[in-house]
Amino acid sequence: MTEAKPAPAAAPARGKMKVELSDHFKTYKDVWVFIELERGQVHPVSWELLGEGRKLANKLGVELAGVVMGAPGDSADAAVAGAYEYGADLVYTIQDPLLADYRNEPFARGMTDLVNTYKPEILLLGATTLGRDLAGTVATTLKTGLTADCTEMAIDDDRSMGATRPTFGGSLLCTIYTLNVRPQMATIRPRVMSMPDREAGRTGRLVVHSLGMQEDSIVTKILNYIPDASKEDAHLAYADVVVAGGMGLGKPENFKLVKELASVLGAEYGGSRPLVQKGWIESARQIGQTGKTIRPRLYIAAGISGAIQHRVGVEGADMILAINTDPNAPIFDFAHQGIVGDALTVLPALTETFRRHLAQKRAAE
Amino acid sequence: MHIVVCIKQVPDSAQIRVHPVTNTIMRQGVPTIINPYDLFSLEEALRLRDKFGGKVTVLTMGPPMADTSLRKALSMGADAAVLLSDRCFAGSDTLATSYALASAIAKITETEPVGMVFCGKQTIDGDTAQVGPGIAKRLELNQLTYVERIDAVDETARKITVERRAEGGVQVLSTSLPCLITMLEGTNVVRRGTMEDMLRAARTEIPMWSAAKAGITDTALCGLKGSPTVVKKVFAPPPRKEKAKQIDVTGKTADDIAAATLNALFAADARLEETLFRQAGH
Ligand SMILES: Cc1cc2nc3c(=O)[nH]c(=O)nc-3n(C[C@H](O)[C@H](O)[C@H](O)COP(=O)(O)OP(=O)(O)OC[C@H]3O[C@@H](n4cnc5c(N)ncnc54)[C@H](O)[C@@H]3O)c2cc1C
Ligand SMILES: Nc1ncnc2c1ncn2[C@@H]1O[C@H](COP(=O)(O)O)[C@@H](O)[C@H]1O
Repeated sequence: MTEAKPAPAAAPARGKMKVELSDHFKTYKDVWVFIELERGQVHPVSWELLGEGRKLANKLGVELAGVVMGAPGDSADAAVAGAYEYGADLVYTIQDPLLADYRNEPFARGMTDLVNTYKPEILLLGATTLGRDLAGTVATTLKTGLTADCTEMAIDDDRSMGATRPTFGGSLLCTIYTLNVRPQMATIRPRVMSMPDREAGRTGRLVVHSLGMQEDSIVTKILNYIPDASKEDAHLAYADVVVAGGMGLGKPENFKLVKELASVLGAEYGGSRPLVQKGWIESARQIGQTGKTIRPRLYIAAGISGAIQHRVGVEGADMILAINTDPNAPIFDFAHQGIVGDALTVLPALTETFRRHLAQKRAAE
Repeated sequence: MHIVVCIKQVPDSAQIRVHPVTNTIMRQGVPTIINPYDLFSLEEALRLRDKFGGKVTVLTMGPPMADTSLRKALSMGADAAVLLSDRCFAGSDTLATSYALASAIAKITETEPVGMVFCGKQTIDGDTAQVGPGIAKRLELNQLTYVERIDAVDETARKITVERRAEGGVQVLSTSLPCLITMLEGTNVVRRGTMEDMLRAARTEIPMWSAAKAGITDTALCGLKGSPTVVKKVFAPPPRKEKAKQIDVTGKTADDIAAATLNALFAADARLEETLFRQAGH
């Protein structure tokens, strides 16, 4: 239970403000993205991170690699192919039946081995339940820095990565650097980065690595997996159109006005945090820093003030329409279109007008 | 069984204000609370103790005044508390924090073996969700994060079965003790504590451990020195250059406003109409 001291090579003087990499860490290069493959599906955040990783790799003049871990088979092959198509130059893969479902031990072991063998300077993971569970273990094993839930990354002139994230309950942003140790690790939430274009047929190099573990040596066993009845989460984060309500709706019954507009638009609906706290909507529908980050084509916010914690979750929307009685509400500082008015009358009018417009368009087809 | 629960004292972020000119945090008068996520873990630990017997020790690393949070946890029913406090811990990032806490837990284990460690899912100030996994790795505890339910604990066989939230579903996992658990929020209802607990909490002497007392010999692994990450810049989010284009509402009916809104939306983004049409399933 005691702390093993890291080998001398891995323990350069820390805490200096200047990045002085030891010769050991200077050999670390390339940008890696962990491709999250769970139950046959790649989490879309992995593709989003390849898009971001591409920019970092270009700036550094290095290669972009995907890391695919899973059971051998079609879905692992598809994940490898997908990684190339979304921009990876090469893929490191460990395929072993022990990796069929996510467990911390074998995944952390595999990832740590890959890093120690092939030495990336940057390693990005999605800030999902899986990604966070894995990243904490890997960073601690490697004794390196990990910046969680980043919203922006940049490369400085000295090649170090500045990772920006909300701090102090979201009221401020801060930029964090990992000094003297490599890789520089970061997690990023789904939908914070935009989805890159997929280049069909694009391929790259494959590096196959083995896990070298036996089932007997893995303490944790998976007894069962119970899929969620509804796929709430995925729908809201990845919806093209989202309608949301806030405290300005006044009382829980009025939330149906949001649902009605959403239904006419074929949209998902959500709300600000106080609505979840008051039990008007379920927590999977909270939008913002501590809820879902969304990137829809159209976001309609009714009776939401636009606090910074809400704003960071919706800024990626192409078009934000805000309805608020207060012309000075902060939401008008970042919305694209604004209506100064009562959501209780504007929402039903919008619902009716959209319904009519879409019906006319359908008739004209 | 002896259970350690790591709790953190945090500023009540709902009440944090940022100075509009200097962009610095105005800390004065901001009350501190136990990190809300930690309470679900504390409650779960107390329930296990009530069911199986044993002891719950709450542990925090922080300034001397963090003892108020420990006392609060005692008043909710925890049996003992340890405050880990030393100047050398200042400026710890997650790696250094998990080192200090893991060292203290190892020290506690020397006299009273620890069967389970609980952490919160994440903090509301650090908000990284990394300290728990960090402690688990350092102490080689089996790691169970985002737990929704503890299904069974078998103390003799040293086995535990839990339901863990994953993307799109729940994993039912079994593992061996000792383990580290982080509970998902909302999974239980946090108790208030009895009058007796409150009286006991007020009387309890809370030991304050320095780094040395926690068995830490290499302070280079603590605080700023032991933290590979540094915060170089803190700033307010930049405002968007343009404010929202306002739909003219003066003297208009709701229907007129709605019609004008559709026009404005489609004029600003020509492809939006097509998206909506497709979206609405026509
Ligand atoms: C650590 C932390 C994390 C947080 N995370 C989140 C998060 O993830 N998501 C989130 O949303 N919040 C989050 N918050 C809360 C956030 O700070 C705000 O308190 C919250 O977003 C406010 O919700 P609201 O806009 O619905 O309510 P209010 O701030 O009460 O605003 C209501 C708005 O409605 C307007 N209004 C009133 N009547 C009408 C009417 N009839 N028609 C139209 N408009 C009307 C008012 O002018 C006002 O602007 C977080 C806070 C903290 C401290
Ligand atoms: N200073 C601390 N003292 C005690 N526990 C802590 C401390 N920092 C973090 N933790 C624990 O680690 C969990 C995750 O914290 P974080 O990684 O900061 O989100 C918290 O919910 C606490 O249980």
